Amino acid sequence: MSVIELDRATLQIGGRAVLKDITFAIEPGEFIGVLGPNGAGKTTLMRSILGLLPPSAGRLAVFGRAPRCGDASIGYLPQLRTVLPDLRVRGLDYIASSMHGERWGLPSLSAVNRATIEATLDAVGARDLANRALSDMSGGERQRLLLAQALIGDPKLLLLDEPLISLDARHQEVVIDVIKTVCRERKITVLFSAHELNQLLGAIDRVLYLGNGQAELGRVDDVVTAPVLSRLYGTEIEVLRAGGHIFVLSRGRDVERADHMHDHGHDHGHAH
Amino acid sequence: MFQYEFMINAFAAAGMVAVVSGIVGYFLVMRGQTFAGHALSHIGFAGATGAGLIGLAPLWGLVGFTLAAGIVMGLLSERINNRDVAIGVVLALSLGFGLLFLHYYTSFATQATALLFGNVLAVDHAMIATLAALGVVTLVALAAIMRPLIFASLQSELAEAKGVSLRFISTAFLAIVALAVAACAQIVGVLMVFTLMVGPAAAAQRVATGLWAGLVLAAALALGEAWLGIVIAYHTDWPVSFCIAVLSALCYFAALAMPRARLAHAH
Repeated sequence: MSVIELDRATLQIGGRAVLKDITFAIEPGEFIGVLGPNGAGKTTLMRSILGLLPPSAGRLAVFGRAPRCGDASIGYLPQLRTVLPDLRVRGLDYIASSMHGERWGLPSLSAVNRATIEATLDAVGARDLANRALSDMSGGERQRLLLAQALIGDPKLLLLDEPLISLDARHQEVVIDVIKTVCRERKITVLFSAHELNQLLGAIDRVLYLGNGQAELGRVDDVVTAPVLSRLYGTEIEVLRAGGHIFVLSRGRDVERADHMHDHGHDHGHAH
Repeated sequence: MFQYEFMINAFAAAGMVAVVSGIVGYFLVMRGQTFAGHALSHIGFAGATGAGLIGLAPLWGLVGFTLAAGIVMGLLSERINNRDVAIGVVLALSLGFGLLFLHYYTSFATQATALLFGNVLAVDHAMIATLAALGVVTLVALAAIMRPLIFASLQSELAEAKGVSLRFISTAFLAIVALAVAACAQIVGVLMVFTLMVGPAAAAQRVATGLWAGLVLAAALALGEAWLGIVIAYHTDWPVSFCIAVLSALCYFAALAMPRARLAHAH
């Protein structure tokens, strides 16, 4: 049984079809890199898989059934928001807020839950973050904390929305490495959205490229080609391979890099 | 000092309101909605003066308007989130309406200063009972939604994915803030609600890292500032709200100046 299966599915936001008539299937244990220009539907797809946005047409199945909110078998790492500078919440309290955070009443943290949080932080090499304030953490540390949180409850599917954003190259590698190792060990299926393909090349099994309302899932060599990307970007695209790197160019400009810059100048809160 | 009944009343009323304000304010600061709290108090001013105009007790006009405005702001939160300009325009409009109502009900004008800047020394037993009831309702409602409120405040996307209704939480919370603001305005006035709702909570949030420690500290700071403010006012004859505002500002800036215990980390 596929972990995620879309059969001629259309995903709409406010009457606009972000993804149209999409069909693909993701198998257990796959590490999928999700790429595409801003607004191509990376976040929208993840929100649909989480059960927040039912397809307006076609079928979307997660673990063989319609997705529902609060499914414990899905771990989710949303796109990083800016943290209020005065908010001195400890890493432990931050994660604790997410454990049964949907229940009414006063917050509480049982010894069992505390042990679970600490064990998961250990697994991503971030035990020391439990007692540090969120506002004092670097971008890389925060991503590790969020990754640990996403792993709680032993999910079988992990949705990681731009976990590399605002990290420098070295920390990007560290984060990818941690995710790859932990997910291989636990046989977790991963959807990992990113702006740049190159850092992910060593980690991903297949790539899911979104753009122009369409989606293309396949091996990097089959998908990241001039004809496929030209169709997805809706413009003439050149693909150059050099020294183990892949460069996606539009009229001589690196589209991934341009996208990345663009994203930093604007509000991160927008749906992609 | 305690031989006067109005002083005992002032301590009782200010104490209750300060604790409620400090606790509710903690979440207001956590959610980055302090400006919304400020706006609610101004909207309350129009309600209070409007109530005076039609012969109702100003407090109920205040409660009614802040509550209605809080609920509307919560329901619209997706659209007005971080729209400081929109909130600011409504805030100014409300003050304008307050002024209009005062204009037509001139005998009420003597109470305008009390509404704007508070008059804790004039609190009577009936007001204390009302404030206590408001405080209890506020805290009970807050306790009921505290867990999903914290989750939604810290990680809204994830909370939504786990089935928390962000709109409900946002609306319920702003309704709670509205009640706290109405109570707080009785002590320090609608213009100075920040002194008890935001100052102590913001200071506590910078100093304490644990949730409960932060909440207790916010309540304790607000209580200390309110009571000490009354004591200072008693001995100096300065307005109580001024004394509380000074203490609130001092506490906040002291918290800002406190060196943060940063651990040196490689990443």
